[in-house]
Amino acid sequence: MPAKELSPIEIYRGLPGTNCKECGEANCMAFAAKLVNREAALDECKPLLDPGKAESYGKLWALLKPAVKAVEVGVGDNKVILGGEYVLYRHEFTYFHQPAIAVDVNDEMGDEEFETRVHVLNDFSYNYIGMKLTLDMLAVRSTSGDPSKFSEAVKKAAELTRKPLMLCTRDPAVMEAGLGAAADRRPLIYAATKDNWREMAELALKHRCPLVASSPMDLDGLKSLALTLDAYGVSDIVLDPGTAPLQYVGANTEAFTVLRWDAIYGEEEGLGYPLLGAAMAAWTAPAEDPVLNEWNEAQLAAALITRFADVIVVHGISGWALLPQVFLRSNLYTDPRKPVSVEAGLKPIGNPTEDSPVLLTTNFALTYYTVASDIEGAKVDSYLLVVDSEGMSVESAVAGRKMTAETVAEAITNSKVSEKVKHRSLIIPGRAARLSGEIQELSGWNVAVGPMDSSGIASYVSEKWKPYPEG
Amino acid sequence: MTKPDKITLPLSHDMLERLARFQEVELLDVEMDLGEVELNIGQAQGGASQALLSRMAFEFSLIRDSASRMAQLLGGGPVGYMPMQAAAPQALAPLQAAPVPVARVKPTALIPAKATIPKGDYVGSVVEVKLGATKAEGGTRSASYTIGGEKAPAFYNFQAPPPHKPIIALDVFDWPEVRLSKAVKMHFEEVLHDTGEWAKVCVEKFGAEMVNLHLLTIDPLIQNAPPSAAVKKVEEVLQAVDVPISIGGCGDPKKDLEVFTAISDKIEGERLLINSVTLDMDIEKSARLIKEHDNRVIAFTSMDVNKARELNRKLYDFVPKEQIIMDTTTAALGYGLDYAFTVMERSRLAALKGDPELNHPLSSGTTNAWAARESWMKMGPEFSPRELRGPIWETITGQTLLLAGVDYFMMMHPAAVNALKTMIDNLMKGQKPTDPADWVTLKVGG
Repeated sequence: MPAKELSPIEIYRGLPGTNCKECGEANCMAFAAKLVNREAALDECKPLLDPGKAESYGKLWALLKPAVKAVEVGVGDNKVILGGEYVLYRHEFTYFHQPAIAVDVNDEMGDEEFETRVHVLNDFSYNYIGMKLTLDMLAVRSTSGDPSKFSEAVKKAAELTRKPLMLCTRDPAVMEAGLGAAADRRPLIYAATKDNWREMAELALKHRCPLVASSPMDLDGLKSLALTLDAYGVSDIVLDPGTAPLQYVGANTEAFTVLRWDAIYGEEEGLGYPLLGAAMAAWTAPAEDPVLNEWNEAQLAAALITRFADVIVVHGISGWALLPQVFLRSNLYTDPRKPVSVEAGLKPIGNPTEDSPVLLTTNFALTYYTVASDIEGAKVDSYLLVVDSEGMSVESAVAGRKMTAETVAEAITNSKVSEKVKHRSLIIPGRAARLSGEIQELSGWNVAVGPMDSSGIASYVSEKWKPYPEG
Repeated sequence: MTKPDKITLPLSHDMLERLARFQEVELLDVEMDLGEVELNIGQAQGGASQALLSRMAFEFSLIRDSASRMAQLLGGGPVGYMPMQAAAPQALAPLQAAPVPVARVKPTALIPAKATIPKGDYVGSVVEVKLGATKAEGGTRSASYTIGGEKAPAFYNFQAPPPHKPIIALDVFDWPEVRLSKAVKMHFEEVLHDTGEWAKVCVEKFGAEMVNLHLLTIDPLIQNAPPSAAVKKVEEVLQAVDVPISIGGCGDPKKDLEVFTAISDKIEGERLLINSVTLDMDIEKSARLIKEHDNRVIAFTSMDVNKARELNRKLYDFVPKEQIIMDTTTAALGYGLDYAFTVMERSRLAALKGDPELNHPLSSGTTNAWAARESWMKMGPEFSPRELRGPIWETITGQTLLLAGVDYFMMMHPAAVNALKTMIDNLMKGQKPTDPADWVTLKVGG
């Protein structure tokens, strides 16, 4: 059931109704509202955990469970959750778990390349508005088909990274050897097919690992496989409808869309599981230059991220190709209920004094966080004057007349910044340079045009900024 | 023993609080009379929905129960307050039975199944808009395009494939000092000073299906060039290339209208795409101008579905729907793409569900991708070269919006244009591989 159709009343009816406040909410109704927004977990209601309440708990659990099952891969702090989604379109509620990105290695790779790839997985990190964008999993493939080689490779992988593993082979004997080397890490088993499903299901049950059901370009077969595995007792399933190279991207997006639609709106059970996309299928297409494979892979990964994938396997490890992928998933999995703008006004950064610089920006959330985190990161004690641009970035706000000399002058007055600093010197963003003369005229402040990008603020302040005109 | 006056007040206060949690009515507009148990919902909220009424009826029965109990406590009370069970709201589904664990019999063969291909019961569709005019159509272009007409979300080919291919146009600026990223500028270095040549390079070398001429020199804060100079620029571009063109202003609501008027008066029959009309312009004048000269217009709003509706509604008074494209603002990957994506996706879904004020083709200023510092900034070797990072940034910004429903792209980097074009072709084909290549055993790398 799409999450938004659930009302707090429905949940309230199943709660104890004692308003005991143990969950931290004022009453059961408030807790019900939090549950509906998935801002609280059912287990926070302690009275409900009483064995006598099992029936109510079961009913509520069924009402609140996501349409796409949340499947855990890995153990401890490093585990990732795949799926756990409620809606098809993010504006209907929000997406919860970013698709995990798994980096590819295989059991015939030389040590150096193998290790380099695992290090990229471990070390890839990019600071983005206060978040760290990272990679998540290691996909170990058996290209040799040799159980002992695969076992060796999995063992090496498990030693080199604490991140969750995905073991890839369709041969149950090879898989068994691989699992022997890392079963305690709860790896994702890839994959059960129409030919090997029973053996793979047994392995998944024996080692308590999640299992991928794979049926390339055959959705009926995929549903059949998922229903069968479920009936067999495997409950943590991931669906692989097959990923074809970029020239067939339409077939890929179609399969993913049908599957996710079915999970959210479908009347039959069977497809409410996370989806696996192998963007590295791009490397199966011939290309003159591996750069083209990597480029196509990034595009394919992006299309799959946009269209509901919950785990992506990539071969390319170049930062220029991975960066847009981790940005995209971070963007699309941001809660759309969050406002576009931050409060306007004067924000002290660090410990500003009366001689600290005053910098100007707009109240578009991303602009503000980018600028603020750049200034904080560079440890520039300062005042950031945030103008209400109706949530537009500097460039758009200047072009769209949402930030004008008038609004800036007004912001200077309203913020009472002149009581905080002795000087009268304002640094405006480089992208607002054209307003400099007018602002100076209207506000009476001395206007200095800062860098085009806030990454340049630190060097600008140390090299060029002077609070008081010389002489 | 609690005194009566201390019971009644918290009770009704609690009721108000409960209602407030639904956030569907404003308390200011709710009148409550416990004696009569009546409720008026202000028209400001557009009246009550069935679901809301149902929920409120439920809340009221809770109140009534409490009131009855209170009446009993106080001995007597108003006639008519009979104790009764609060009834569940009718619109809501009954609680499901708790899952009961069953002993499993392991299947010995695959359970046959058929996946459901969702039909999608859309009642609306996107209007078709024709851009450019060939000689046969009264213009001078070698091609014209129709965009829009979708009856299903973007590339839901299993429901209804898009009837027309999205179009990619390249940006051309009439001001050589326009700020461009190095990775972009290097491709246009030789033509920055010659607007006509610039347009030619876009079409002949980089495969632009249309040209977006941006008249920056008319900006009062740049050169304040007169409308007559702008007309010359447009004529120059029309001479240089034979694809349909779009005319972009400088963002000054007054100056833009002056220039658009001069151009429309001078150049007839080309079905120019005027970029753009905004809420702060004289909408009546702008719209009449578009209609009178049979040009097309981009209705530009800033990432807000309601503003997009408002602008369209205002335009409808003067110009047929088939002349309007919507641009709800494109923000770069990492710098608001999520908002841009969702506004477009929401608009398109609303249109398909029958919203008559949002069913227009969508336009995207994909060049805005270059506002992301990650597209142009020098970074460590692990993120290099930026010559690749930049164009893929633009490509993925555009591609993501393509999947939200964009029909008209304004772009800059030749590699991004090429990549997105290929992507569009592949999505349009929706072809399935006959023999899916196997990545699982692929021997790639060392």
